[in-house]
Amino acid sequence: MIRKKVVISNELGLHARPAAKIARLAQSYKAKIFLRKGLKEAEAESILDVLSLACSKGTVLEIIAEGEEALEAVEAIAKLITKEIHQL
Amino acid sequence: MKILKGIGVSPGIAIGPAYVLWAGRVKITKHFVEDVDKEILRLQKAIKQTEKELQNIKKNIPDQMSQALSIIDAHLLMIKDPSLKKKTEKVIKEKKVNSEWALMYILSHYKKLFASLKDPYLRDRIYDLEQLIDKTIMALQGDNNQSHPSDPTIIVAHDLSPADTARLKPETTKAFVTEVGSRTSHTAIVARSLGLPAVVAVNNILKEVSPGDILAVDGLKGEVFINPSIEILEEFKRREIRYQEHRVLLSKKAKKAAITKDGRKIAIRANLELVDEIPLVKDYGAEGIGLYRTEYLYVTRKELPTEEDLFHAYRQVVEGVRPYPVTIRTLDIGGDKFASHFDWPEEINPALGLRAIRLCLKNPYLFKVQLRAILRASAFGKIRIMFPLISGVNELKAAKKLLEEVKEDMRQEGLLFDEKIQIGVMIEVPSAAIVADMLAQEVNFFSIGTNDLIQYALAIDRGNEQVAYLYEPLHPSILRIIQYLVKVAQVAQIDVGMCGEMAGELLYIPLLVGLGLKELSMNPQIIPEVKEIICHLSYKECQALAQQAIVLTDAEKIYELLQQWAQERCLIFPWKN
Repeated sequence: MIRKKVVISNELGLHARPAAKIARLAQSYKAKIFLRKGLKEAEAESILDVLSLACSKGTVLEIIAEGEEALEAVEAIAKLITKEIHQL
Repeated sequence: MKILKGIGVSPGIAIGPAYVLWAGRVKITKHFVEDVDKEILRLQKAIKQTEKELQNIKKNIPDQMSQALSIIDAHLLMIKDPSLKKKTEKVIKEKKVNSEWALMYILSHYKKLFASLKDPYLRDRIYDLEQLIDKTIMALQGDNNQSHPSDPTIIVAHDLSPADTARLKPETTKAFVTEVGSRTSHTAIVARSLGLPAVVAVNNILKEVSPGDILAVDGLKGEVFINPSIEILEEFKRREIRYQEHRVLLSKKAKKAAITKDGRKIAIRANLELVDEIPLVKDYGAEGIGLYRTEYLYVTRKELPTEEDLFHAYRQVVEGVRPYPVTIRTLDIGGDKFASHFDWPEEINPALGLRAIRLCLKNPYLFKVQLRAILRASAFGKIRIMFPLISGVNELKAAKKLLEEVKEDMRQEGLLFDEKIQIGVMIEVPSAAIVADMLAQEVNFFSIGTNDLIQYALAIDRGNEQVAYLYEPLHPSILRIIQYLVKVAQVAQIDVGMCGEMAGELLYIPLLVGLGLKELSMNPQIIPEVKEIICHLSYKECQALAQQAIVLTDAEKIYELLQQWAQERCLIFPWKN
């Protein structure tokens, strides 16, 4: 199981478009990927579940993946959250 | 079995399956499926179809519209959401229910989840999901119409909007049960007009009822039984028979004229809101319409009604109650109802703000369209025009001037109307009551609108629970105003009637007759009882009663006097049964 913590840095938090990007990216990996915020957990490939985590700016999010490509998946999603989505 | 209590707003008994109206959207019933795998296939097919529809929409959006494209993309992602699919399939498998119901179940799960979000933007994403689920349900029902919307059902909803009730077919609706509402809410009015039983303000009804549950509804007692026992069902069937007998008895009484033992005739008319209520108004024995509220056509649609729309409605009413007259009250509406048409600032105190005749005088075009429609309808039967919220002579003259302009236009165009059409004022502002003698020179009749008159005269907001106890129709000031208006009308030789709630209170009837009112307009259901009472009264005795009442110093004493008086004369009031 691979875990990595990231901080949401964009102003609007994980709104619909970033959540959509995450879900789409997560669907492209074979690994089972979860996002955890405090006690709440969401399947990364579900836009509805990601949205219902309600991540605002500054939220600490843990990316968890298991199975094939777990490492790649965690890295890719971490990169998306920290580097790319603040441009959306 | 479970029993819930609410307010019975439309009498009658109904037994049937619940049809739950979710947020005024597609109707869903719950039923059990035997072949779960087949049901899941059905769901998957519908989801695929919705996805295809979205793809088609996407194709037709030009690339420049990136905002619209990204919304569609988000919708596509939602409908393909693996979590949504998994959860819905799980509900079908575990509960063995139809896909429609499983989708609604999942939607309510997400609704709860999203409702707790602080960010309003994210919270609103639930509406996206709602739309998608609606689409999918429509795909399901188009594919295989399993929900039998043609079977008669009992509609259960949080509240019913005019749009909801407009879509319902009366022949497939047995009763209404709503979570909120009151005697005067839209649901209650529509139910009474359609003659359907209705219970409103039933706490938690949406939580307790699942679509398809059998309900037994008593619209008089305000009782709703969920999945009742056989004994209760039989009891309800007996109640239904008793209710039918009661109706037959009342309708016999309804045909009588209301004449006191010593020969004074009181005209008993109905308050009307919907054209559909006319058969009911006639059944209950109304001698015409004393107050036709014309707001309905303005508030039920996005567009303003056209002259043609209004004319058709008014003509139907006039022809429906001929040879009796119809008193049409011109638009009595606040500026807030027109927010979509005019850019007006919000009012801090709308009850004292720009509404009714004030709003019409500020918007002569809006007003003239209605006046033209009324005048055109006057060629088909007897109409009286009544202006609401008049506060003094100038306002009345301004309204009359616009009416004359419309008449002149119509003469030029060769359109027919009643040249002698009567006009009147609704007396509901205290200043109008005080200068009634001056107003009387300008009109053919007064109608006392007690609901607002009491509110303004006593400075009481009925809706404010802190002070609602001070809202007293029997306050000596109100009786004095009525007495004064009757006197002024006699001197000026014009008609005076009453059209507020007060006119339909059985206990007050002897007093109102004694004060000299010759026309009472009320909710149609109460008419047979009012007529019955009047036939047992002596006008002389009522006059004596009024003289006794008018010198008492407070509403409570007057109330006691009325009760004692009624008891001594053995007037049969329903509350004694």
